[in-house]
Amino acid sequence: MIFYATQRFVLSVVIVMVAVSILTLMLHVVPGDPAVMILGPRATPELIEQTRVAMGLDQPLPVQIVTFFGNILRGDLGQDVFTGRAVSQIVFEQLPYTLILITVSILWAAVLGIALGCYSALRRNTWLDTLTGVISVGTISIPSFVMALYSVLLFAVWLRWLPAIGAGEGVWDGVTHLILPSFAIGVSWVGYVARIVRASMLEVMGQPHVRMARAYGLPDGWITRSHILKIAVQPAVTLIGTGVAHLFSAAVFVEVIFARPGIGALIVQAVNERNYPIVLGAVLVTTGIIVLATLISDLVIAWLDPRQREEL
Amino acid sequence: MAPSAATHRAEETPQTADPLVSIEGLSVDFDTPRGTIHALRDISLEVPKGKVLGLVGESGCGKSTLAYSMIGLLAENAKVAGGAIRMSGQDLAHLGPKAWRDLRGRRISMIFQDPMTSLNPVTTIGKQMIDIQYREPGSRAEKRARAIEFLEQVQLPDAAAKLDVYPHQLSGGMRQRVCIAMALLTRPDLLIADEPTTALDATLEMQIVTLLRELQEKFGCSVLFVSHHLGTVAELCDEVAVMYAGEVVERGAVREVFHTPRHPYTQALFDCDPARFRQATRQLPTIPGTLPDLRQPPAGCAFRARCTKAFARCAAEHPPLYTAGPGQVARCHLNDPAEDAA
Repeated sequence: MIFYATQRFVLSVVIVMVAVSILTLMLHVVPGDPAVMILGPRATPELIEQTRVAMGLDQPLPVQIVTFFGNILRGDLGQDVFTGRAVSQIVFEQLPYTLILITVSILWAAVLGIALGCYSALRRNTWLDTLTGVISVGTISIPSFVMALYSVLLFAVWLRWLPAIGAGEGVWDGVTHLILPSFAIGVSWVGYVARIVRASMLEVMGQPHVRMARAYGLPDGWITRSHILKIAVQPAVTLIGTGVAHLFSAAVFVEVIFARPGIGALIVQAVNERNYPIVLGAVLVTTGIIVLATLISDLVIAWLDPRQREEL
Repeated sequence: MAPSAATHRAEETPQTADPLVSIEGLSVDFDTPRGTIHALRDISLEVPKGKVLGLVGESGCGKSTLAYSMIGLLAENAKVAGGAIRMSGQDLAHLGPKAWRDLRGRRISMIFQDPMTSLNPVTTIGKQMIDIQYREPGSRAEKRARAIEFLEQVQLPDAAAKLDVYPHQLSGGMRQRVCIAMALLTRPDLLIADEPTTALDATLEMQIVTLLRELQEKFGCSVLFVSHHLGTVAELCDEVAVMYAGEVVERGAVREVFHTPRHPYTQALFDCDPARFRQATRQLPTIPGTLPDLRQPPAGCAFRARCTKAFARCAAEHPPLYTAGPGQVARCHLNDPAEDAA
């Protein structure tokens, strides 16, 4: 298990490094000199040259990439073009809001999705199973921004149960502000997870080792947990792990709609202002988190299933 | 070896000894979209105490269905249409789920066909062997020690170390030994073995069969051994029942049935057994024809269409189990004393 975890970790670092290299190269592929884009059309040639040196753009490309890696390792992601604040500081200020939003959405999706999928599989072909199926497919089909708008309309505007915008202050206020946005992102994942869990449960339930467990008179709940669900939950874990990337993009919509602070809102703002260092820093951190999420889901599966530990 | 049948029946027939399980007129139907399949029809059979009963027949004859009905693990679309399975005063054919759970893994246990998929792939051998002792009192360490003891019984080398191993790290033969150890660990009265050697290669097959024989003698449990391999049945079983198209067509002591088969189907089975050929042959013999459609079982003898000895009566009258020898019965009109007279 330790060997497997180390292997996976090294692979993840390599993936992040490749992603960072591609990002740096992209800056050069984009037409126009970054210094000119920052300073605007009326900048003097001296000022442009000065900025190029300050940004290290006068160095050869390989040197720039190595410098960039060195800076990242020191936690330096560059400076905000307008305020001169460290990008890493700005990004890490916003990151917790997005992380908690995504984590709560995943919890929603995982807990409700697995429970519904499990229930459907155990009670297959009853009307409740059919109903769960209809709801699942329904939630999958609705885009998260539509879900966000309608949930604001229903719970915040008409019913006035929950606050519509902002992140709230303090723990309780923070929690009530989280419910609607995380529901908007997570609800379509409830459908996905439920469908996947149901399908893989039905497959595992037909396997001989489940019949063998029944032949020893083990209680049904026990068989469901340690013989069926432990195997059937694996595709859902992979789905959620890779789904974190999708959740980040959903977070962009939702943070804008709910006027929440966060990485999504930050990226939208920075792109509008052509604030490239911030875009780059935010994307880099996001990439790191997505790779980390995949790593975690791989490790969870390896922990659940010994057969997975032996392959990479 | 073929004295007049009727005289021997009273004292030598296996039915007279107090059996562990007696199946009385059991019928099992499967509901399918294409109609009801009458998979078992009026099966009467007894599993003698402390002996091995073999169940042979070609694929689809209902032998596995019969085995599964005796541990209550029939498919969801199967239902008992009639008859009873009696074991110590209980009728197993009509038990509820809870009563079945109490019986399984305590009085009845089972070894399955494919050891590669029969063990939980995500749990260690040790945990699986401890889990099945969940009803027993005693500490985890005691249960672990018992698991090791039974792994040693099935001659698994380095038994203690095997407890921490996952099924995929063992070979097929080792996994089947683990399955046998698990089945015996619960000290069942009845052990059902559903083609336990079919998925193994030929050298392992005999090892497993010999092991089963030794352990059966040691623990004294009754075994229902389902197989289509006649050689293993001859090696392991005391009695044998031959099934065809959902019916028992012949039954008796292994020695008698193998020496003087009384049903044309049994004879045909032996003629097709490669182990019995005395001369090299280019073409393996088969029994021509296929099983009848079990949605509408034929009115007369089920084997009639494939039988070389069929005559007029076979189409008209469904043969009962005639006494054909000492403790031997066969479902064929040729064994009717009246036919001899005629």
